[in-house]
Amino acid sequence: MIELKNVHKSFGDLEVLKGIDLTVNKGEVLSVIGGSGSGKSTMLYCINAIENIQKGEVIVDGTSVHDENININILRQKIGMVFQQWNSFPHLTVLENAALSPQIVLGKSKSEAEKIAKEHLDHVGLGDKFNVYPGRMSGGQQQRLAIARALAMEPEYMLFDEITSALDPELVGEVLDTLRLLRKEGMTMICVTHEIAFAREVSDNVAFFHKGVIEEFGPPSQVISNPQKERTQQFLSKVLQ
Amino acid sequence: MKNKQIKYLIYALIFIYAVYQTIVSVKASSLTYYDLEFLLEGLERTVYISVVSIAIGTFFGLIFGWMKVSMGTFGNIILSGFLDILRSVPLIIQLILFYAFMGILEIDISIFWVGAIILSAYTSAFVTEVVRAGIESVPLTTRRAARSLGMTYWQDYRYIVFPLGLRAVFPSWISIVLSVIKDSALVSVIGYLELLKTTEELIAKTNEALLLLLGIGLFYFIISYPISLYAAKLERKLKV
Repeated sequence: MIELKNVHKSFGDLEVLKGIDLTVNKGEVLSVIGGSGSGKSTMLYCINAIENIQKGEVIVDGTSVHDENININILRQKIGMVFQQWNSFPHLTVLENAALSPQIVLGKSKSEAEKIAKEHLDHVGLGDKFNVYPGRMSGGQQQRLAIARALAMEPEYMLFDEITSALDPELVGEVLDTLRLLRKEGMTMICVTHEIAFAREVSDNVAFFHKGVIEEFGPPSQVISNPQKERTQQFLSKVLQ
Repeated sequence: MKNKQIKYLIYALIFIYAVYQTIVSVKASSLTYYDLEFLLEGLERTVYISVVSIAIGTFFGLIFGWMKVSMGTFGNIILSGFLDILRSVPLIIQLILFYAFMGILEIDISIFWVGAIILSAYTSAFVTEVVRAGIESVPLTTRRAARSLGMTYWQDYRYIVFPLGLRAVFPSWISIVLSVIKDSALVSVIGYLELLKTTEELIAKTNEALLLLLGIGLFYFIISYPISLYAAKLERKLKV
C-alpha cells in the first residue's frame, strides 16, 4: 500500500505540492491527471524519494520513504518507475539494459538476470531485439524497454510519469497496450497521464491535480465522465475537445 | 577505405625515406653507436616520465573532476583556483620554480620526481575539466532512471556515468595524453636526461644539430602516432 499524508514539496520559494493525501491499495490503478505544473510528476518523484519533501510523510508498505534511517536503495527495488524520456542506457544492448540492475542490485548471477530480463522483454514484445542497441529503436520500443527494465526488478508497484507524452502519436498505442497487459496481471500502478480515454478505461481511481492540491478524487465514472468540480470540468473540456 | 590506404602508403614512404636518409646521414656524421644508445635511453626516460605523469595526473583528475561536480560552492572555489593556476602558468615556469623551492627548502628529491610531480599536477588540472565535462554529459534523467532501479550512488557512477562519460570525452583525454608526451620535453630545463636533453648534449658534442633534431622529431612521432591510431580505433568501438 502506498500512502501519502499531507505531503508538502517546494522548489525554493515555489510550493509545488500543498498537502497531498492519497492512498493506493495493492492491485489498484490510480491515474493522475491535471495541467502542466500542477505537481503530478513531482508527486511521483516524491514516492520513491528521487525528490525530498518538506513536510508530511510517504509510506510504502509501512515504511516511511523519507526517513533518513531507511535504506532507500532497497525500498526502490520494489517501486519500479518509467519516465517520460525513456532513458535507455545507450551503451548497453536491450538485454543488458534489462539485466543490469537484477545483476548488480539484486545480486543475481548473470545467466539468472538474463533469463529474467528475457522473460520481461518477451512480455513487452521485444523478444527479437535482445542484442540491439537502444539508439537503433523507435521511441515506442525504447519506452517498452524501459517498462521491461523496471519489471525485471520484479517490483510490487509501478510509477509511470507521462510515458506516452514524448512519443509520436502512432507509437502511443503499443505502449498503452503494454500497460493494459500489466493492469490485467494485477500490478499496482500510479499513472501520471494525459491519455484521458486510457485513464477512464484502466483506472480504479482518478486524481485530478490543480496547483499542488488534489481537486477531485474518485472512480473514473465520476472524475472523468461526470466531474463534480468546476476546475475538473474546465480541464476536461479543454483536453477532450 | 581507398583514401585511408593512400594515407598509410604516403606515411610509409616518408618513414622509409626518413629511415634511409637517417642511416646514410648517421654513417656520414661523427655520431657513434654509443651516441644512439644514449639517445634511446633518453627516449626511454621520456616514455617513463610521461606514463607516470599521465597515470598520476589522470588519477587525481578523476578525483578532482568528481569533487568539482559534487562539492559545494566553497570547496569548488578553492579547488578551481588551485587548478586555474596550474593551467595558466606556463609549465616551464612551474618546473623551474618548483625545482628552486625544493632546493631552498633543502628537500631531497630526485630530478625525475620534481618533473613528474609538476607534470602530473599540470595533467590533473586538464583532466579535471575533461572529467567534469564527462560527468555533466550524462543526462540527469538517465541517472535518475538508474537510481530508480535501486542502484546506489556509486553503482550509478560505475555502470552508467563512467562508461557514458568516457565515450563523450575520450578524444579530449587522448589530446591531453599526446600533449603531455610532448610537454615532457620541458623537464629537460631542470636537467632530467630525457629525449630532448640527451639530444642537446649530443648536439653539443657532435654538432649534428639538424640531423639529431630531425631524428628525435621522428621519435616523438613514433610514440604519439600509434596512440592516436589506437585511440581512433577504440573510439569507433565505443561509439554506440
